[in-house]
Amino acid sequence: MSDERLKRVVKAASPGAAEAARPEDGPDRADNSISRRGALKVIAAGAALGAAASCAPEDAARSAESAHEALSGFEPLPPSNPLAAGTAADPDLLAPVVPWEMVLTDEEMRLVAALSDVIIPADERSPSASEVGVPDYVNEFVSAPAHTEQLTQLRGGLAWLNREARERFGAGDFPALTVEQQHEICDEIRFEPDAPAELKPHARFFDAFRDMISTGFWTTEEGMRDLGYVGNIPLPSFDGPPPEVLEQLGLSGEDLA
Amino acid sequence: MAGIARSQNRYDAVVVGSGAGGGIAAFILATSGLRVLMLEAGRDYDPIRETPMFQLPKDAPLRGAATPEKPFGFYDATVDGGWQVPGEPYSVAEGSEFMWWRSRMLGGRTNHWGRISLRMGEYDFKPRSRDGLGFDWPMSYEDLAPYYDRTESLIGVYGSNEGLENTPNSSPGVLQPPPRPRAYELLTRKACRRLGIPVIPAHLAIMTQTQDADRLPGELFPGNELARRVTADSMRGRAACYWATPCGRGCSIRANFQSTTVLLPPALATGNLEIRTGAMVREVTVDSQGRATGVHYIDKATLIDEFASARVVVLAASACESARILLNSTGNLFPNGLANSSGLVGKYVMDTVGASVYSQIPALESLPPHNEDGASGMHMYMPWWLYGEQLAGRLDFPRGYHIEFGGGRRSAPGFGAFAGLEPLTGGSYGQRFKDDCRRYYGSFIGFDGRGEMIPNEDCYCEIDPDRVDSYGIPVLRFHWKWAEHELRQAVHMQQTFAGIVDEMGGQVLSTIHTDGAQAISKGGQIIHEVGGGIMGEDPRTSVLNEFCQSWDVPNLFVTDGAPFVSNADKNPTLSIMAIAWRASDYIVEQLRQRSI
Repeated sequence: MSDERLKRVVKAASPGAAEAARPEDGPDRADNSISRRGALKVIAAGAALGAAASCAPEDAARSAESAHEALSGFEPLPPSNPLAAGTAADPDLLAPVVPWEMVLTDEEMRLVAALSDVIIPADERSPSASEVGVPDYVNEFVSAPAHTEQLTQLRGGLAWLNREARERFGAGDFPALTVEQQHEICDEIRFEPDAPAELKPHARFFDAFRDMISTGFWTTEEGMRDLGYVGNIPLPSFDGPPPEVLEQLGLSGEDLA
Repeated sequence: MAGIARSQNRYDAVVVGSGAGGGIAAFILATSGLRVLMLEAGRDYDPIRETPMFQLPKDAPLRGAATPEKPFGFYDATVDGGWQVPGEPYSVAEGSEFMWWRSRMLGGRTNHWGRISLRMGEYDFKPRSRDGLGFDWPMSYEDLAPYYDRTESLIGVYGSNEGLENTPNSSPGVLQPPPRPRAYELLTRKACRRLGIPVIPAHLAIMTQTQDADRLPGELFPGNELARRVTADSMRGRAACYWATPCGRGCSIRANFQSTTVLLPPALATGNLEIRTGAMVREVTVDSQGRATGVHYIDKATLIDEFASARVVVLAASACESARILLNSTGNLFPNGLANSSGLVGKYVMDTVGASVYSQIPALESLPPHNEDGASGMHMYMPWWLYGEQLAGRLDFPRGYHIEFGGGRRSAPGFGAFAGLEPLTGGSYGQRFKDDCRRYYGSFIGFDGRGEMIPNEDCYCEIDPDRVDSYGIPVLRFHWKWAEHELRQAVHMQQTFAGIVDEMGGQVLSTIHTDGAQAISKGGQIIHEVGGGIMGEDPRTSVLNEFCQSWDVPNLFVTDGAPFVSNADKNPTLSIMAIAWRASDYIVEQLRQRSI
């Protein structure tokens, strides 16, 4: 019964060959009107430089495929959506692209990578932030046309970290410091309410940076696996929490009725 | 989806809008053998081909973050819509705050909605008789109950019959079994039981099992072979929920309700429905006898002004958009807009009262990994439970609210994961931050109150005399002012949620306000705007009769949220469909009798 249903479900989820493209009207925002073709070019350029944005169409197709691996023997979703206009308000949801150019320099990316790993280092359960491409996400985020303030904040924060590295430790820059030295600087700005008045802007930078790294890291396959997120797979039934969860929560008898 | 070529320009009915109200109207009229033209202002949209079912946040720009163009996140089903639609502005009067969500796509807002499907109860139809405020409906719960049954059977709704006050049961065999509660839902229920707050299975338009295509169509459409056939075929093409992927993206397996997966395919299968997308209706026309003759619309692709002629005009463009069309349909005999002899078109716009609290529950920390995606939406909720207290005058606000809550390990981590954790962690970073995230993962619960707003004179829309959209159509201007009833209710919501969190041993992370104006949502923000064309028993004090028929123009109907006389805490979509179904049956009957 359940197998049969799953089959039926999967069949319905696989609409088969995409029909011929039909042009669709769609309004666009003037400040964000990079064409689809342009966007693909940006992605291709990024890939050529070895700094591909994390949302290349290939990735999306792969992800759709891996989501359907559990359903082996069935066709994956079609790779793109001919009905979508490709605008910001009507993007291709099946094969997303990042339609803006990346602005951080190689030097800035090196600093971002170092600070990323100060925020989320590797341990026995999962890799560090930079090992799963989080600096690319930071670049994508601060490069977005609407995020010019965040870009300025990032650059200001990185500049301050380098200055502190030189003044306190005589180092060339922040990445050159030992982990202990890096922590000594970051401890002063890790929590805005505790930061001295003159460092509050840098504490706000650190806060925003931590949020970016957190999003970037925990949304990766490695991050989700680390957290124990085990959803996003089709199931024949939803059985509710397993016994070990109920036990830890002290739920039994009447609590379940 | 809109596959049929333009074949003629004279129809039995033209339906403006393709969402809940327009979808039902087109479905009932087309399956009754009438030739129907549906006009949709947005683009064609096919959830079967377009829904990003298993795509993860990591595959989307900004990890799926909300943007001005995709205000509910990248993967949200809404395209070409949101709080602003390019080229289609609206105004908000000085001193007012109002947010107007529109979807410009086939199926409208049914593509992304929360699927929460609560019936209005007997009190909700006669609120003025009960507490002297607002207006009574010109129908009772008993009048609508059969249509609630039919709507729920047709679209597929899970839930249970608990027999609670003003929280109606469905007829036997109508509801699908509710899903099992999640861990955080059980934990919350345990605390709420100690507080005397009922926590019961939610009613959502999501199928937990396949529909009985052999039984239901015959029960729904006795004596209508065409309706039975297309409905049975449609039901056989729908799968039950496979317990993954967020419903707000839409559903390619047709397990949840959207007009585009449940109503329009069988309506098209009759061969009686033609759909034109990109068709922006600006005016209803009338003849010298005051009968509607059709609608003018702008073809967005060609910018040509087109006309469609019909025996009956059904507006279902969303409450305020339908009011806009009527107010823009002026003539010598009706300079203030069509169907507006009462002067009430655009008046008594209501939204739902919203207030929320976000919390962290230590008991939920570091739970063993388990899959909590479930049906995406909530499995449990709290219906309003203080009717007696209210009647006895022990509360300082007159109407109720229900509680929606969500959290735990539902859905993949997305944009903003563990942002704002600093008050709990003291700004940890490094190994400590990593461990903090692991510890706190799944331990957050958000509570949202959804309360009844009483219609008032200060909340309305009108034509802005100074502004037109990019099609040259005058736009709406909104006026908004919450009354004390709503402000006090919002305060009560937050206090209640804080009490639940406290009872669970958790901590409130939101600010709890004693000033209702701080606690309450903005007008329109809950996207439950209804009214603006209220129904009633008297043509002097209402726009429509109980069958959504204009008092002034007998072959003009409005079947979206506009006819709502009150806005009970029950989310309006299910009621829009039940009311639209009742109105559509009436239209078929009237056309058969040649009374309209």
